[in-house]
Amino acid sequence: MIDAHLSLLIVVVPLIAAPIIAALPSGRFAWAVSTATGFATFAMASLQLVNVSTGNVISYELGGWAPPWGIEYRIDAANALVALIVAGIAAVTLPYALRSVEKEITPKLQPLFYSAFMLCLTGLLGITQTGDIFNVFVFLEISSLSTYALISMGRKRQALTAAYQYLIMGTIGATFFLIGVGLLYAMTGSLNMNDLSQRLPTIVEHRTIQTAFAFIMIGFALKLALFPLHLWLPNAYTYAPSVITVFLAATATKVAVYVMLRVIFSVFGFSFIEGTPTDELFILLCIAGILLMSFYAIKQLDSKRLLAYSSVAQIGYMMLGIGFGSVLGLTATLVHLFNHALMKGALFMAIGAIVYRIGSSRIEDMAGLGKHMPWTFAAIIIGGLSLIGVPGTAGFISKWYLVLAAIEQQNWLVVAVILIGSLLAVIYVWKLVEALYFSPATETASTAIKEAPLMLLVPTWILVLANIYFGFNTEITVGTAEQAVKLLLPGVK
Amino acid sequence: MELIIGHYNYWLVIIIMMAGFYTVISQGNLIKKIAGLNIFQVSVFMLYISIGNVKDGAAPIIEQGIELYSNPLPHVLILTAIVVGVATTALGLALVVRIKEAYGSIEEDDIHNQDHSL
Repeated sequence: MIDAHLSLLIVVVPLIAAPIIAALPSGRFAWAVSTATGFATFAMASLQLVNVSTGNVISYELGGWAPPWGIEYRIDAANALVALIVAGIAAVTLPYALRSVEKEITPKLQPLFYSAFMLCLTGLLGITQTGDIFNVFVFLEISSLSTYALISMGRKRQALTAAYQYLIMGTIGATFFLIGVGLLYAMTGSLNMNDLSQRLPTIVEHRTIQTAFAFIMIGFALKLALFPLHLWLPNAYTYAPSVITVFLAATATKVAVYVMLRVIFSVFGFSFIEGTPTDELFILLCIAGILLMSFYAIKQLDSKRLLAYSSVAQIGYMMLGIGFGSVLGLTATLVHLFNHALMKGALFMAIGAIVYRIGSSRIEDMAGLGKHMPWTFAAIIIGGLSLIGVPGTAGFISKWYLVLAAIEQQNWLVVAVILIGSLLAVIYVWKLVEALYFSPATETASTAIKEAPLMLLVPTWILVLANIYFGFNTEITVGTAEQAVKLLLPGVK
Repeated sequence: MELIIGHYNYWLVIIIMMAGFYTVISQGNLIKKIAGLNIFQVSVFMLYISIGNVKDGAAPIIEQGIELYSNPLPHVLILTAIVVGVATTALGLALVVRIKEAYGSIEEDDIHNQDHSL
């Protein structure tokens, strides 16, 4: 019974939890219910991944209406992997939230905070589950609206302007997507992605279809913060509450990359993209993004902002794989989606632990803290090594596949850019390490600061250890990604 | 001429869309930006409703003797988008209220000068 409705339950459980949590009297109570929901969602997402790991596709008809008339949830290895990322990150972020939220959010607002968190989770999971393109828009807005509210709950007043800025840009992106979907519907009369992919090939030459494609691409490029449409991201990540930064950095942009992947490969088909300058444009923007954003990251004075710019650069790596459109490239994209969630999650959690102790995320305020917070410091080192792509960490696996994909395409420029990008990552990670360990501590810091509480350290270290584990065991990441690519690129060996 | 008069609703959509989009980009006042965003979204509502029209089709209410109906689905879709638009506007305005409380201004330049965030 549960198995048959699993695809829907993953979305519905957090959705039902949200209003219940909003009505709860205390923050601690709200936290307990949301954490239980997070664990339940994670268990269901894991089960779902096992169900589709053999390469089969699950089609779930909402309300028993047959597609393409009814809404269909269509699960294959690609959705299941992204859903697992979202649910998994939620499941480790929520235990972390208790202490961090107690410190950063006023008690009266805490139940509402967790409620918005659940709505955001619903939206992100909904985007991954659904096979209906209009449904993607609805879930996108559910997740976006709750995200704006969550970001605005940051401690500083800049959180408000960051949320406002994101609201304007995010709404423009979502509306562009809506225009594209409308034009597609006008030409095909269908909203089901699978149905669209069968109807489109006969009319691809039509200008309306090309316009629709352009609108959808720009809309989601805004949402996933593809350079140069990333302007909302650094402020949003810097000023959001620590927990929200962890959750957004590890999931929100990943889900947008997934939609891009789905629209390009499952709906339009890569042969359509090759007829347009999109793939070359992606590669060009990614190269510029990786180099420029890494330089920006080096220049930052705030650790959260440093990692935010690094995220924009990392999105470049993911989109490179899409630009190649090859089996290896897409495998690299999917593997990096997963691995980047692990490394950025771990790093932002460790920074959040420091913020918990000193109330600031500025690098100069962190001087010398590495000796007082050894476990947090070690987490930053391992997360940083993974970000750089050192062998033995998850980051190495995704960089490895990406370099292989670039070599296969004989694109030596991209190979060079990936290597230079990694070197730049060494510099900005070193900046954090230098401040934390080699700078002399300020007088107040040296005595008063203790290691972060266990409730913050344990989730951080779960992600840190996952970074190492997935650096050696690639069966889940690469195995699932290869299954997904077989379905995304049918007919290619 | 047929291109303009025959498709006058689409031309209106384009004009309204560009007017709204330009307002969002050019205005420094946070409330005016939200208003521009609203105008931008309304143009998309009109686009969807135009798409639903079937040539010589009747209103989509089943009645004897009528064979051809307009397509009601885009209207239903856009109802959802209207709700989303209302929520976005409400949230946006709520943020502006709190920005005013925190900064004492709703002009982009003023806020930018205060702490270089927008």
